[in-house]
Amino acid sequence: MNRRSDLLTNLDWLSIGMYTLLVLLGWLNIYAAVFDDTHSKIWDVTQQYGKQMLWIGTGIVLAGVILLTDSKFFTAFSFVIYGLTIGTLVAVLLFGIRVNGQVGWFELGGVRVQPAEFAKFATALAIANVMSRHGFKMMRFSSLLQVGLLLAIPAGLILLQPDTGSALVYGSFLLVMYREGLHGSILLLCCITIALFIFTLLYSPLAVFGIIIGGALLAFLYYRQNKQELYRILIFLVFCFVFGMFLRWLLKLPVSDNRLLLYAYLLTNIVGVFFVYRRKMKQILLVILASWLCIGATITVDYVFEKLQPHQQDRINNLLGIETDLTGAGYNVHQSKIAIGSGGFLGKGFLEGTQTKFNFVPEQSTDFIFCTVGEEWGFVGSTVVILLFMAFILRMIQLAERQRSDFSRIYGYAVACILFFHVAINIGMTIGVAPVIGIPLPFFSYGGSSLWAFTILIFIFLRLDANRLQVFS
Amino acid sequence: MNKFTHRRAVISGIMICIFAVYIIRLFYLQVMDDSYKMSAINNSQRVEVQYPARGLIFDRNNTLLVYNQAAYDLMIIPRQMQAFDTTELTSILGITKESLVKSLERCKRYSRYKASSLVSQITDNKYAMLQEKLYKYPGFFIQTRTLRKYNISHSADVFGYIGEVSSAQIERDSSYAPGDYIGVNGLEKSYEQVLKGTKGKKILLVDNYNRTKGSLKDGAYDEPAVVGGNLTTTLDIRLQEYAYHLMQNKKGGVIAIEPATGEILLKVSSPGFDPQWLVGLERGTNYAKLQQNPNLPLFDRTVMATYPPGSIFKTIMGLIGLQEGVITPASKFECYGGASFNGRFMSCHNHPSPLDLRGAIQHSCNPYFVNVFRRILENSRYKGVRDAYDPWRDQVMSFGLGQQICPDFLNELPGSIPTREHYDREFKTQNWYYTYVMSLAIGQGALLMTPLQMANIVSCIANRGYYITPHIVRPMDQEHAARIKKHPVNIKSSYFECIIDGMENAVKAGTGRNAASDSVVICGKTGTIQNPHGEDHSAFFAFAPRENPQIAILVYVENGEWGSSYAAPIAGLLIEQYLTGTVPERKNALEKRMLEANLID
Repeated sequence: MNRRSDLLTNLDWLSIGMYTLLVLLGWLNIYAAVFDDTHSKIWDVTQQYGKQMLWIGTGIVLAGVILLTDSKFFTAFSFVIYGLTIGTLVAVLLFGIRVNGQVGWFELGGVRVQPAEFAKFATALAIANVMSRHGFKMMRFSSLLQVGLLLAIPAGLILLQPDTGSALVYGSFLLVMYREGLHGSILLLCCITIALFIFTLLYSPLAVFGIIIGGALLAFLYYRQNKQELYRILIFLVFCFVFGMFLRWLLKLPVSDNRLLLYAYLLTNIVGVFFVYRRKMKQILLVILASWLCIGATITVDYVFEKLQPHQQDRINNLLGIETDLTGAGYNVHQSKIAIGSGGFLGKGFLEGTQTKFNFVPEQSTDFIFCTVGEEWGFVGSTVVILLFMAFILRMIQLAERQRSDFSRIYGYAVACILFFHVAINIGMTIGVAPVIGIPLPFFSYGGSSLWAFTILIFIFLRLDANRLQVFS
Repeated sequence: MNKFTHRRAVISGIMICIFAVYIIRLFYLQVMDDSYKMSAINNSQRVEVQYPARGLIFDRNNTLLVYNQAAYDLMIIPRQMQAFDTTELTSILGITKESLVKSLERCKRYSRYKASSLVSQITDNKYAMLQEKLYKYPGFFIQTRTLRKYNISHSADVFGYIGEVSSAQIERDSSYAPGDYIGVNGLEKSYEQVLKGTKGKKILLVDNYNRTKGSLKDGAYDEPAVVGGNLTTTLDIRLQEYAYHLMQNKKGGVIAIEPATGEILLKVSSPGFDPQWLVGLERGTNYAKLQQNPNLPLFDRTVMATYPPGSIFKTIMGLIGLQEGVITPASKFECYGGASFNGRFMSCHNHPSPLDLRGAIQHSCNPYFVNVFRRILENSRYKGVRDAYDPWRDQVMSFGLGQQICPDFLNELPGSIPTREHYDREFKTQNWYYTYVMSLAIGQGALLMTPLQMANIVSCIANRGYYITPHIVRPMDQEHAARIKKHPVNIKSSYFECIIDGMENAVKAGTGRNAASDSVVICGKTGTIQNPHGEDHSAFFAFAPRENPQIAILVYVENGEWGSSYAAPIAGLLIEQYLTGTVPERKNALEKRMLEANLID
């Protein structure tokens, strides 16, 4: 059979079609975002849209090269690629140039290259390689350690630049790991941690502790199915707390309300464990353990938050509505919401946007490119773009599931999850529901590194997919 | 297949859920909530106000008096400001860094998003320099507007001036915005609605640094400014200027009215000031100086100062006496340097005795008019003095006294003609005698009137029995024309001739000789007003020529001692100047003396 025609018939043209559509929409929106009467030609290479056209063109060539490469190359060389990428991440810290306070770029002949973008597909390859090895069991400690290390190295190096957004992308591999057997409770725990993080910053610790203890008591009731017991425990807890306050007053102890509540809860735990019957003891202990983990996390959040960079603190605060200085840290998101909100149902029309074009929205061609979509194409256009992304990501998952090789499946999930993380965080931040951590919207945000990296990421998978029938697992 | 295949549904579910939340959120942002659309308009459109030129002001011969010049305000939008070179800006503007910082604070307090004026009324050449450098100052822009410019250097009391509107005024009238100018005084205030015109607007598209990117839909929503209406005043500016010079270094007021029309030919409050002082950057300091001046240049003595009229009031006393039938022109009363009334002495000066009414006006005999007043108040038609007082007061008021008579000056005071209740309170009884109030007969006591009202009296006499509402602006429409009416007084017109005879004689050979002219017959009456605080005030009113009078004038000079010493000669000069266009050589020395007289220092 002719190898070339084999490739053409086995390629997923639906994905390629969606990819092309997204890239073209992205290009048009960059044109609209920075449109300027004096440079009205979309191929004017002195402008961002002209440059983006060059990136798209070279990206297509790159995609072609990948499709013509033997798919075994990617499995065989995944660690080499990973190693090289780690090398460049180290090199960029040493020799890179500083842009916006981050040492994340190489400058080669006037072109800036951002290694962090390329580290994503390299890590995906390495992870797929490790996790697809014969006899790999996700829930084994050594497995977790291996995978964790593979993720932590690039994430840590990127964090040193410091580019928190790009580092957080590696969190999306959690979903890949879940698909490959990570215990659901760990995913749940992560979700709870994120929720706790938000609660801790929003509300006082006392309230958060209250919520945690309330949750633990409900879990206790669920396992024991005995209301009387619950009342007794509750009365004991309240008694301990009030007695503690009395002692504090009597002895003039310097103890905060938070601490007092925790001491009372601890005493209740000990007494409860000793005096309840042994029925469901294992579950009760788990509940107690989980509640203490939550409490620990809450205390850590405050500590970690202090360690974040001021602009990141601002952005998180702003997202949670803690600070509302619309001229300071909140300016970006506020302007972004104005731009999108002013689009209305059908939008203002192509090139008719005023908020993005006149620079009210910052970084309107990169991180905040979705504002142009929202302003010029309205609710209808934004929804179409979101649905297109969703369809594309779900198609990636569908393709992943049809793979016979574990390597291809795992890599496919990595592609889907990385894309999902980017889209969700980027669009989320423009509409004010996700923190502003500055990662690009795939295919839309201006920038060669990002476009190339996503093209490589996707086309390696499409190449693997085209080869699915020759692989026997 | 492996055993975790079902987890595909969980992962896809999470993704679909999050995208669904985003779409709902977008629906809320873009379709449900309109506030973002408003913010977008505020962001990207700058409504540039087109300020109309204020109406021009002319004199009766269409000489341009007040017009406009371009002025530039440096505006800022604090939110768009960035760190800038304060040294350069202060050196261009010629202000100190402290005052710049203070202004910036003021602007920020007003609004971080809206434009406010940082430095107002910048001159042409500073503007030119600034315009070149402005690109370096994001958030700054220049607003052009018009300021007043004057062809005259006096008579600020007539024109008034313009100043920034107060917040209370903005609340009353929404067509004003902070930083707008409004007439504060004089004609600028009373004719504000005519002069101000209508503001226009230009809607510009701007970027985040407020740089203009063109106009919205090529100006489809722009509205041009409508220029304010012009005023033609009734002033004769040459006469006005002459009067201003004659009155320099004297306190007081001069008013001249054309009797047949009620048009005010001249209106001088002295000391006055140059209206240009209250325009431009130095306005604040100049205003403070004017306010601290002990001679009160900001006080309009022609319509706000109320003085006792003194002897010029005797003309009205004579007319009322005739009308009431208590005297005839031939009635005579004796006076030998004064006369005694129920033990109260009314002094007078040397003149022939006894005198008839004509002679009493000519020589300004005090006891004569006390006698007239006595006959009016003790008229048997009335039950007593108190009852006779009211009809007398009504007669007096019909001359336009005790009320505002000119619609053109909103600061005009009514003066006062005391009521009988006033005397009831003062004398603590209702049984009072004519002797209690006899100083009214010679225009002293509680009688107070403005120079405008005194000029109006003589205009009434010139018209033989009526006055036309005095006004200084020719009506521009029906509404304004309707304000000007004929007001007859309650005196038969034939009674006036004998009073006018007396006034003619007073100028020819009486107290008003200093006003006499060889070419025209001037009829006038002097007044010397006792002033407990210093030198007596000097007053003189007159009209000319006797037949078909063209001008009625009042001159009131504070601390001018005798009516004949300053007021009469100044009035004489002005009448001759107005009627003949020149001052005869014979009067050159007198003119020089008047010009040089200094009664202030």
